[in-house]
Amino acid sequence: MSKIQNDMSLTGQPPKTINKQQKLASALGLIGLFILLIALFNVILPGGKVIWLTTSLVAMATGIIWFAHAGYAHKKAGIKNDGVYFKSLSSRGLWAWSLGIFITLFYVALYWFPQYLGLVEDGDNNGVIALFDPLSKLLSGNPASQWFVYGTLYTLAILGFGVKFMYKYWHNKYEVLRTCSVMFFQLAFAFVIPEILVRLNQPYYDLKNMWPLNYDLFAGYKIDEFLSAGNVGLLMLIFGIISIFVVSPILTYKYGKRWYCSWVCGCGGLAETAGDPFRHLSDKRQVAWKVERWVIHSVVVFVTVMTTAVIFSYLRGNESSNISEWSNLEDKVVIMSESQGKSIGERIKQAEKAKAKAVVFLYEENEAPTIEDTEGITIDYIVASQSENKQALHIIKNGNEAIIKNSNSNGENLTVAKQQDIAVYDDFWISKEFFIWFIIGLLTLVFAWVMLFKRDALAKDAKYGAIGYFVVVLSILLFTYFSNPGKLFFFDAYQLRKSYGFLIGAMFSGVIGVGFYPLLGSRVWCRFGCPMAAILGFQQRLFSRFRITTNGGQCISCGNCSTYCEMGIDVRAYAQKGENIVRSSCVGCGVCSAVCPRGVLKLENGPEDGRINPTDVLLGNDVNLMELMNNKK
Amino acid sequence: MKHVVIIGNGIAGVTAARHIRKLSDHKITIISAETDHFFSRTALMYIYMGHMKFEHTKPYEDKFWKKNRIDLKKAFVSQILPDKKEVVTKDGENITYDSLILATGSKPNMFGWPGQDLDGVQGLYSYQDLQSLEKNAPNKKVCNRAVIVGGGLIGIEMAEMLRTRDIPVTFLVRETSFWNGVLPSGESEMINKHIKDHHIDLRLNTNLKEIIADENGRAKAVVIEETGEELPCNVVGLTAGVTPNVEFLKDSPIALGKGIKVNRLLETNIKDIYAIGDCAEQHEAIGNRRTIEAVWYTGRMMGETVAQTICGNPMEYNPGHWFNSAKFLDIEYQTYGWVFSERNKKDEELHFHWKHADNTKCITIAYHRDTGQFLGINTFGIRMRHNVIDNWLTEKRDVEYVVNHLKEANFDPEFYTHFENDILATFSKTKATI
Ligand SMILES: Cc1cc2nc3c(=O)[nH]c(=O)nc-3n(C[C@H](O)[C@H](O)[C@H](O)COP(=O)(O)OP(=O)(O)OC[C@H]3O[C@@H](n4cnc5c(N)ncnc54)[C@H](O)[C@@H]3O)c2cc1C
Ligand code: SF4
Ligand code: SF4
Repeated sequence: MSKIQNDMSLTGQPPKTINKQQKLASALGLIGLFILLIALFNVILPGGKVIWLTTSLVAMATGIIWFAHAGYAHKKAGIKNDGVYFKSLSSRGLWAWSLGIFITLFYVALYWFPQYLGLVEDGDNNGVIALFDPLSKLLSGNPASQWFVYGTLYTLAILGFGVKFMYKYWHNKYEVLRTCSVMFFQLAFAFVIPEILVRLNQPYYDLKNMWPLNYDLFAGYKIDEFLSAGNVGLLMLIFGIISIFVVSPILTYKYGKRWYCSWVCGCGGLAETAGDPFRHLSDKRQVAWKVERWVIHSVVVFVTVMTTAVIFSYLRGNESSNISEWSNLEDKVVIMSESQGKSIGERIKQAEKAKAKAVVFLYEENEAPTIEDTEGITIDYIVASQSENKQALHIIKNGNEAIIKNSNSNGENLTVAKQQDIAVYDDFWISKEFFIWFIIGLLTLVFAWVMLFKRDALAKDAKYGAIGYFVVVLSILLFTYFSNPGKLFFFDAYQLRKSYGFLIGAMFSGVIGVGFYPLLGSRVWCRFGCPMAAILGFQQRLFSRFRITTNGGQCISCGNCSTYCEMGIDVRAYAQKGENIVRSSCVGCGVCSAVCPRGVLKLENGPEDGRINPTDVLLGNDVNLMELMNNKK
Repeated sequence: MKHVVIIGNGIAGVTAARHIRKLSDHKITIISAETDHFFSRTALMYIYMGHMKFEHTKPYEDKFWKKNRIDLKKAFVSQILPDKKEVVTKDGENITYDSLILATGSKPNMFGWPGQDLDGVQGLYSYQDLQSLEKNAPNKKVCNRAVIVGGGLIGIEMAEMLRTRDIPVTFLVRETSFWNGVLPSGESEMINKHIKDHHIDLRLNTNLKEIIADENGRAKAVVIEETGEELPCNVVGLTAGVTPNVEFLKDSPIALGKGIKVNRLLETNIKDIYAIGDCAEQHEAIGNRRTIEAVWYTGRMMGETVAQTICGNPMEYNPGHWFNSAKFLDIEYQTYGWVFSERNKKDEELHFHWKHADNTKCITIAYHRDTGQFLGINTFGIRMRHNVIDNWLTEKRDVEYVVNHLKEANFDPEFYTHFENDILATFSKTKATI
């Protein structure tokens, strides 16, 4: 009889369950979460929002840290994966499914039904969003939005679980430093600084969030925001471009993509901290690797085409030739300066149809152009010299009254009133033509470089893939340019951006990427979806000093490294051949090296020569045999 | 088409098969009785501890074998008929071969202890042993205490495994200090302490006398030779080393010692039959090596070598410098070249020993008394770069050079604290006192 009872109590034994203190800690954390749930249902909480919000956040943070302390503090320095595959939460059991569904629901509400979280478009928020108002007002001065709630919880998760991760890997300095770094970047760059920028009337900008991960960076509204913010905005835009084309390639060359993916990035940050208990769930099969390569590179194509389209249409929108009755110009003074293209008179007529108030044509050369096709124009228009009116234009842009002098000394001058809305066209130094050709040139250059110098580093299918993608992108761009310069690509740029935002931004990186942590592992987005990771990875594979060195013949094929690789890389397949690991998807988290019981793996930066070293016979055997086999290729 | 039959799907047999496939188009069949597919024996402990599942211990995906045209057969070979060039399975099937590779591995040592066949008494070698342990010691309620007999690498792994389920463990070690037949005393003592820190009841100088059964024929206690003390327990782990798994060859004409006798070409006394891995026994030791080398790497290296011979490029087994590694609970251990324990070392072998104050890191460098030549290094808690040390051994560097250049050989993860300066200072000091 007693035997049966023993068997029934199996689940109550370590390491399957958590200890008593951990249970208490979980309860505390859940209380914090519970407060948010109560707020969601608009239950009026006595004592005011500040107290409840503080209680909730503190309870959750304390719960997490206490949990970590109770779980790890009494243990010796070493690997703490006991029971990972016995616990329901970390082995796709009931708890994992419940958590997965809960997070997924949260994301669905966040992206598509923020009203259920309490968002009110015009008026005071209610629900859980209202609970966060005090904190938001403290930082930016504005009431909270669903994104602020999300940002706060996200940051809290990275900080709390970051501490947990450090407890777990206390003996490993690489892990500790790396975690401090992601915690810092999340708290400062992603959370606090952007809010403070808003408070200072500057554009909201997370400096570390680079294109193409930040696919909205070049969206029209964002560029307008940067440009209208004067020098600071311009600096931000320039910083954004420099980080893509200069900073990132240099750092990736020196250290591999880990500098971003495991030290800076917020998605990576969450995966490494809150996602750590699920890292081993990544799919290690070769099929998964195949799927990964197709999906992630398709996303890169998508984001490239989309961004090009968005910028293209933005530049196009800046051309006065494209003014039409649908341009939103009601009561505005239109300033244009492009002498090529549609006749100026025709443009003025279009502006009139769009209900513009007046049109100013600025010219730079010495001679003022004459305007044709003027019959039927009823609104005011003048031709004015750019240089003569410098002062006046400046005053107008600042919202004050000024007079623009007509180039024809007999003609009337135009008085622009205080606070008059103006619309400026033709003020970019790049044209859409230049832009398209620039992109085509850049892509061709990269492609040619790879095919000329790095051909040997690519597998056959990778080569075909690269050629295929290159042809597809170029044909889309060329087709658009030649066939129908008026319309954009096959789709409207705005629609394209919207579908990208829905499919990739929300569904992939949010719902699947985080919601499915407990089922698919923590880096699904980073591995299959993130275009930034793909581009950095591409460079890491072909042009970087980073590799994971395999230590001679020491591997015993145990499989710990592969199991705990969150990117699903079969590390062992390389290690047991004595071969270094040079993979585009490796984010350099260092966990494979940490869990290896034989000290076989070391992440390091070194000369590019000999970085990739295929071997058949490992160090330790007859030297002649090693040479015979390893050099025969 | 030549048919190569391999008995045993461990690292030795599988490496041979892979290399034969690389070098030739021979038909290859691997026969093994333990599991359908090759798995890593060294990872058995991680399954019990919940770090991995069985499937993670398989180094190749299941489809690998078909893709590489390596036929797998799950069967136990009971007999070999060299005259007919056939092997006979237990189910009575006859399979003909042109070349036969024996890679049958080891089995745990049993020294004829009274009670060694009782329920609850087991070794830890095969996948089946792991399943028994899961049954015998699922948790601390079913298993109130386990006693492990034999202080080697598998014994300490078994102790670590049981401790993850909070099962009290008593560890009986015959020697005066843990594994001191292999480790120099400073290191061995450090590990003694580490074992005790992990709440394992380590009993040195202690032998097993007998295992006592309860009324159902299950182990219920062990008796200790020296004191006569009776220790109640539910599980007894016998981990006093391994011995080649060659029982089924007793009646065959294949020459046996402890293992299967082979020459440097890994040939047995019978033409076209080879033996590799744990089960092979060299006629004469190669250098300082033992005639039977029961470690992972040597099995692999013999597999690499025998494949050449079978594919028409006769090649002697000619291992380079010795190396090995293990992990004692949380402390990683690596060794390169030869560092002998006090018990086994010759007078010419001198040691320089450094230990960190926290008692989890130390190194021992062995060098020649007269020439100062570097002979080998043991490190605990510090990872070393295999190829650098291998070069030093080949180049016959002296101990001064090694101590001064230790940094080049460091393989710890980035940002780890380095101890080379401290080691060098200690070295200079000890030298001054000589
Ligand atoms: C728990 C444990 C931990 C270890 N850790 C390490 C370590 O960290 N480092 C290290 O270097 N070494 C380690 N070893 C030793 C290492 O695993 C062995 O040296 C190695 O596995 C031997 O490989 P092998 O191919 O010679 O034989 P095995 O792996 O034993 O394979 C032989 C196979 O042949 C089968 N077989 C035998 N006879 C027959 C027959 N008649 N018919 C059909 N099939 C048969 C067996 O069932 C077995 O599957 C460890 C061993 C164990 C048990
Ligand atoms: S290979 Fe290693 S370092 Fe790279 S992602 Fe996988 S576990 Fe991290
Ligand atoms: S590299 Fe390390 S963790 Fe990976 S299989 Fe080899 S020994 Fe195991």
